[in-house]
Amino acid sequence: MRLLEADVLVIGSGPAGLAAAYQARVSGAKRVTIIERNREPGGILPQCIHNGFGLRIFGRDLTGPEYAQRWLYQAQEAGVEIMTRTMVQSITPDLRITASGNGTLVDIKAKALILATGCRERPRGALGIPGARPAGIYTAGTAQRLVNIEGYMPGRRFVILGSGDIGMIMARRLTLEGAQVMAMAEILPYVSGLRRNLVQCVRDFDIPLYTSTTITEIRGRERVESVVMSAVDEHWQPIKGTQRELACDTLLLSAGLLPEIELARLAGVKLDPVTGGAMIDERQATNVPDIYAAGNMVHVYDLVDSVSESALRAGCKAAEACSGHEQPCEPLLPLVAGENVHHVVPQYVHIGAPRELIIELRVKLPLEEPAVVQLTAGDKLITSERLRYARPSEMIALRLRPEQYQQIGQAPCLRAAVVRASQIKTRG
Amino acid sequence: MSETRDIICVTCPMGCTMHVVVADGQVQEVTGQSCKRGIAFAREEVLSPHRMLTTTVTVRNGTLPLAPVRSRSPLPKALLLPAAAELRKIVLCAPVQQGQLVTANILGSGIDIIASRDIASSDAPQSAA
Repeated sequence: MRLLEADVLVIGSGPAGLAAAYQARVSGAKRVTIIERNREPGGILPQCIHNGFGLRIFGRDLTGPEYAQRWLYQAQEAGVEIMTRTMVQSITPDLRITASGNGTLVDIKAKALILATGCRERPRGALGIPGARPAGIYTAGTAQRLVNIEGYMPGRRFVILGSGDIGMIMARRLTLEGAQVMAMAEILPYVSGLRRNLVQCVRDFDIPLYTSTTITEIRGRERVESVVMSAVDEHWQPIKGTQRELACDTLLLSAGLLPEIELARLAGVKLDPVTGGAMIDERQATNVPDIYAAGNMVHVYDLVDSVSESALRAGCKAAEACSGHEQPCEPLLPLVAGENVHHVVPQYVHIGAPRELIIELRVKLPLEEPAVVQLTAGDKLITSERLRYARPSEMIALRLRPEQYQQIGQAPCLRAAVVRASQIKTRG
Repeated sequence: MSETRDIICVTCPMGCTMHVVVADGQVQEVTGQSCKRGIAFAREEVLSPHRMLTTTVTVRNGTLPLAPVRSRSPLPKALLLPAAAELRKIVLCAPVQQGQLVTANILGSGIDIIASRDIASSDAPQSAA
């Protein structure tokens, strides 16, 4: 067994892992190592060949591979070491990590650990579509890998269930490759991915997209032959008499992403039942001392730049922790979801931290009108920001400045809410 | 005669809905944008819509069978499908370098297609990433 020591060990080399490792080095950690189970670094980015990455951080409209390459250069320039084809098998709460790869086991002792394990797609089993088990059912991301990396077209005539960003991007991708996308079905009454993708991936190619519609049956014995689509009512129940059969040979599932938390769980990291990801404070620190979490394993982001930014915070704090920098001793206050808020991150904040905090949240229901995001402590309004609209597909970020901490007083928690602007009589 | 069109901007992830007033084939007014890129997008979208093209081309002798490619700048929308079909015929030989020219002036558009990542040659010794 090989032995390795690291100041900061990062698990995962996607956008979160690369940015976290880079920042840990820049912030003074001497030995920073990334463990990556894949054969190359970059996480999911190499298969995301479309553009739209990096507008905020790099001021450029990059493709996924270009975005990955930029961070990889930066990390390597900064002196980050990357071990590919290596997979973490166990983590103890005192940060002893065992990994296997390249035919050997590695035992790693780290001063600080950053979990950047990303997310995975919700599989068919979690969707509960009845029917046989024919070939020809893939998650959208698996199909994306096959088409963009392996050079294999998984079918000719596709139906896509769900209207997440990966599903819409695959609708365009498959069309460009000469396949036919018969329909997309979304159970919600609105599209769940970004609006720009609705325009440039779906409408541009005249792909039929049905909202308030789901797939109620998959037909075919050996291979998918058709699916049955049905309209649903407001309780997501199929409406009788609306079924129609659509011939296709492949069904793609684009029905959401779930944080990848197996390793976090092994390490004893507390998880948020709503996000499914790690619970963190404003430093991206988990409940386990010296374990930090960043990117999609905390909560699933819609923009890669936000993933990288969360990782920059984690990298900086992990470097400080392993250099013996004093840990915060201010009171830890829970941050909870209020009216029309699905979830909020971080789940805890140290009130009195010297820097401004970024609070990230998603709404439950879309408000296609001016809205206000508010942060309250008891009945006191701490801060608020006006939004042009609030959509579940777009994460909302709210800044809490140090001078606003004093107003919090003795409140037991901070609450975030998103309301219609017209509901507010006096502006805070 | 003027008509109003609602356009969703694709320049950034905000996806602003803009209202464009068009008269005699000319853009008279744009409202609803959050930045000036929105105005430029709305004008172009009405007069001559353009989109970035991203696809893959075959690579021979590479560590991977495909290289992702992109247009250097947005192509006229009507050229997206024919350009993608054209690029399916292209075969590159590894090594491929990010930024490398794949096809100049695709379909006479004046726009080049470039590689968006490196693909090493499968003959070359693998460098530890």
